[in-house]
Amino acid sequence: MSKTLIRGAKVLGGEPQDVLIDGTVIEAVGSGLPTEGAEVVEADGKVLLPGLVDLHTHLREPGREDSETVLTGTRAAASGGYTSVFAMANTFPVADTAGVVEQVWRLGQQYGYCDVQPIGAVTVGLEGAKLAELGAMYESAAGVTVFSDDGKCVHDAQIMRRALEYVKAFGGVIAQHAQEPRLTEGAEMNEGVVSAELGLGGWPAVAEESIIARDVLLAEHVGSRVHICHLSTAGSVEIVRWAKSRGIQVTAEVTPHHLLLTDELVRTYNPVYKVNPPLRTERDVMALREALADGTIDIVATDHAPHPHEDKDCEWAAAAMGMVGLETALSVVQETMVDTGLLDWAGVADRMSFTPARIGRATGHGRPVSAGEPANLTLVDTAYRGRVDPAGFASRSRNTPYEGRELPGRVTHTWLRGKATLVDGKLT
Amino acid sequence: MQRHLISAADLTRDDAVLILDTAEEMARVADRPIKKLPTLRGRTVVNLFFEDSTRTRISFEAAEKRLSADVINFTAKGSSVSKGESLKDTAQTLEAMGVDAVVIRHSASGAPYRLATSGWIDAAVINAGDGTHQHPTQALLDAFTMRRRLVGRDAGLGQDLAGKRITIVGDVLHSRVARSNVDLLHTLGAEVTLVAPPTLLPVGVETWPCAVSYDLDSTLPKSDAVMMLRVQRERMNAAFFPTEREYSRRYGLDGERMARMPEHAIVMHPGPMVRGMEITAEVADSDRCTVVEQVANGVSIRMAVLYLLLGGNEPAVAHPSPSSESRTTEEK
Repeated sequence: MSKTLIRGAKVLGGEPQDVLIDGTVIEAVGSGLPTEGAEVVEADGKVLLPGLVDLHTHLREPGREDSETVLTGTRAAASGGYTSVFAMANTFPVADTAGVVEQVWRLGQQYGYCDVQPIGAVTVGLEGAKLAELGAMYESAAGVTVFSDDGKCVHDAQIMRRALEYVKAFGGVIAQHAQEPRLTEGAEMNEGVVSAELGLGGWPAVAEESIIARDVLLAEHVGSRVHICHLSTAGSVEIVRWAKSRGIQVTAEVTPHHLLLTDELVRTYNPVYKVNPPLRTERDVMALREALADGTIDIVATDHAPHPHEDKDCEWAAAAMGMVGLETALSVVQETMVDTGLLDWAGVADRMSFTPARIGRATGHGRPVSAGEPANLTLVDTAYRGRVDPAGFASRSRNTPYEGRELPGRVTHTWLRGKATLVDGKLT
Repeated sequence: MQRHLISAADLTRDDAVLILDTAEEMARVADRPIKKLPTLRGRTVVNLFFEDSTRTRISFEAAEKRLSADVINFTAKGSSVSKGESLKDTAQTLEAMGVDAVVIRHSASGAPYRLATSGWIDAAVINAGDGTHQHPTQALLDAFTMRRRLVGRDAGLGQDLAGKRITIVGDVLHSRVARSNVDLLHTLGAEVTLVAPPTLLPVGVETWPCAVSYDLDSTLPKSDAVMMLRVQRERMNAAFFPTEREYSRRYGLDGERMARMPEHAIVMHPGPMVRGMEITAEVADSDRCTVVEQVANGVSIRMAVLYLLLGGNEPAVAHPSPSSESRTTEEK
């Protein structure tokens, strides 16, 4: 296999260095590496990161291929600098059996833009009543390690307890969509000043916080690992911070959109801002940024949720919840965390590659950029600023809240085990 | 005036007073033998009702017909909407038919705003009630009724409601009428107090330009108008309050409570009333209750809104002259 020399890249934002890829692995990192026999990529001061890992992606296949497929979703992932994504289980049929998770995993392997790690459903059909065959999904070719009913909350405390206990047998983790269902009946946006004014059903912060509080206590009680999906409130941050200080095995994620956008945007009634959990207040946004910076929140996850145009080009109540995020995540993180001085690029590598890979046990991903490691890499032009144009997205769906917004940073190259999946911003 | 009427909050004081004054002119039409003006002749108005509301639809229809508009009534039941057609598709169909204004009633908060701002249609959009958001013409007709009763029919021209104390009682949480009235009455200078059990007040109500109380009895003696809101039956079993009896005891308006109001104070209700629960028959049938006037005033207000939104920049009602009288007569 051919060699590639990435010349003058700021590895994790440090001093410019050369990185030599030989086949599927990094052969050397240093200064003035020989160029003979290698294709040279002039990094010219761009930042080189380990390939990003998204612990929370909706690929929609099987069942909603009009929104996204494994092919289009992984192409979007490669465009955004990702080399591994975890595909949520709320497909049709639900990924609650070894057969479905293997299908998704094999499609990822076949297309080769990005590794796909299926997430298995916690309960059969996401119905919250009966545990799915968690062990069979773990033992399948897909090797499922993360289980989630995302889109729905595992709201029954006993089922949640059993799931947490059961996955201890093979080191699994339960990723919880924290939403107390009774407190969010009819909910359409964050409950607060704006919802009161707009007459939209309120999704109160306590509906998220009460479930997180319960689940960290359950995780402590049974000595298991719980991962909290898409934290959205300042109160949730406080609970996770308390749980970590107590030694509970809890990890948490925040989405890029919850780091940038607030419920004030809902005043437009534009369903592009309709998402679950909803956009919260400025105070919540600031608390989430601080928590990501200080490590209370472990990772950034996109909650990439593609929907076809017609599911968003309608009135608010009728619109689907969710927004695409794979192709803009790094830019939003740069805008909210790096350019604000809250996080350096090494911190970004930690929150968007090393730690999500560790939580999901994504073998070969989230590894140091050093000799002998798999060549899963992402090159970012951090000096770039431009307006988001969804017409250029690789995702099958265009439901982005950032259309027309100026954001910094652009992923120019992505390598998956040494093979370029993105070159000069174009998919291979 | 703006092109659309989506929210009472969008109206300036001068806009609102202009509508109220124009409505007084329109009301005079109702006193004529021929209750019709040629003002909107050749204009097409669609009443686009995705939610049942016979009273509001008939009120708009009467207003449109008195202004000589061509009227199309569209109800969702039995229409293409029930076959799955979206609001956007419906709007574009109407656009293709060249309608000038759309009066929309929808169960989804924000649907009229989307219709007006998403580029689906070029017509003027009038919100006839959306979800639990807004019902601006209801607020205008309520303000019109208050101004007539509390300031005076002729004395009120050009006037707002500065200093008037208005109490709104009941299910504020689910009420577009309450939201619209708080916004408009504040703009018109009134002091508004919302009275409800805490369960029927929205989180965030403290930021609204009004006072909030849980105690009806202490508020009544200070009220120039008391507006009772309808309590929907479906709320009974949703733990918003323990029983109908308890609600009625704490927040219902009966004769005894009405007696604590100042003599000049009026009782209002957007209708339809649930007699016996939020309001007793004794109160509903009293001279102080303005429910029937509100219905009549609704037509005048809607005529004024339609006239002003569809480009009215001359006096809405031509002062009687031989020629104008004859034109009006021809329009029957």
